[in-house]
Amino acid sequence: MYKVFLSLLKRDLRLAFRHKSEILNPLFFFVIVVTLFPLGISPDKQILAEIGPGIIWVAALLASMLSLESLFRSDFDDGTLELMLLSEYPLSIMVLAKIVVHWLITGFPIIIFSPLLGTVMFLNDDAIITLMITLLLGTPILSLIGAIGMALVVALKRGGMLLSLLVLPLYIPVLIFSSNAVGSSMAGLSISGQLYFLAAFMVFCLTLAPIATSAALRISLE
Amino acid sequence: MKAIMKWIYHLASPKHFYRIAGKLIPWFGWIAAILLIAGSIDGLFIAPVDYQQGDSYRIIFIHVPAAWMSMFIYMVMATSGAIALIWKIKLADVIASSSAPIGAAFTFLALVTGSIWGKPMWGAWWVWDARLTSELILLFLYLGYMALESAIEDPRSAARACAILAIVGVVNIPIIHYSVEWWNTLHQGATVTKLDKPSIHISMLIPLMLMAFGFKLYYVAAVLSRARNKVLITEQNSSWVKEVVALESGAKNV
Repeated sequence: MYKVFLSLLKRDLRLAFRHKSEILNPLFFFVIVVTLFPLGISPDKQILAEIGPGIIWVAALLASMLSLESLFRSDFDDGTLELMLLSEYPLSIMVLAKIVVHWLITGFPIIIFSPLLGTVMFLNDDAIITLMITLLLGTPILSLIGAIGMALVVALKRGGMLLSLLVLPLYIPVLIFSSNAVGSSMAGLSISGQLYFLAAFMVFCLTLAPIATSAALRISLE
Repeated sequence: MKAIMKWIYHLASPKHFYRIAGKLIPWFGWIAAILLIAGSIDGLFIAPVDYQQGDSYRIIFIHVPAAWMSMFIYMVMATSGAIALIWKIKLADVIASSSAPIGAAFTFLALVTGSIWGKPMWGAWWVWDARLTSELILLFLYLGYMALESAIEDPRSAARACAILAIVGVVNIPIIHYSVEWWNTLHQGATVTKLDKPSIHISMLIPLMLMAFGFKLYYVAAVLSRARNKVLITEQNSSWVKEVVALESGAKNV
């Protein structure tokens, strides 16, 4: 079982590195969206520091959601997904491997780039570290919940808009706790409560989301 | 146990459902109408004026039951979705998908009345307070459910995909609710759900309860008649539907 997980992980990572745009596009999207806000609102240091945490998190949320297509789309189109359903190994393990890859190619680069954007939005050092921690805990949740939504719409021709309708309401708790944690650490307040919540929610999703995703895949492909 | 399951399957067969629901709808509908009229008269004219909010508080007699219904109906959708997935009872799918527009309508009603109530209370049409925001997110969940249902062409797999979505939603609703609550605690505290001693006076509680039960029975009547139509559409090729249609169109021609 572990072997299946690893070999699928390797295969999907290799595929992702052969299409570099799959890794770079969400990242560029993330950076561009954040850049739009100072242009649209004001370059004022105080305003940006106040709205920065929320904006960076909303941008991360959208970047992760828009890249969900890469999770199942190509495997669905060439029939690989159908073979995975037929295989003797548990589908949820294979789904988990795909979700991990999705996080590695979208969530992880965002975490690496976030200090840069935090600096641009005039967050202080504490807040930038908190931003990275919340992204580390939060972006896996985005990939896990997003996988359920993607599995439901994978067989539809125009699933993109629908996917955002399904998934964005479920992302709200992550947004609330993460951006609040970053804001609080700007103000020098304690943030352990928010981080505990994010960690708990991540473990919760890690346990249940692969099962829900594989159930949804079975329905989409029947 | 086996006999009970057999009886349930028998009752849940489309043909029997169509017949029994047809008989039940008028009962639920009329009792709902009576309760709603009584509750409105009691709430609008008889219940005493609130010493702080004046007459404008009277909108709670619609707002609060509608908000209750919005959550109740989502629970019904998730439960019947689970029943349909586990025991493969087709009728449960029909109930779930017929409930969605009614639930969305109640959620919308709760939002509109909440914002009308908010105007004299807070001086603004919209305030980002915890409960209104949760209700808005609930409306988004309903809209997503309906969008998914209409996007999948095959009704069978649409119903099953929607069942998964409803179950995922129902697991998330408490998490969303408490995170929104935590995010903002501006609204006045809960007044009815306190079990030990309700902080609402009995003269206001009676019309509220009348309206709540009226809404609930109205929902049953509405969902049964929607489900009846859906059953006719999905079973349109079976012989009993043709009989029903022949009978009813024959009655009209005479």
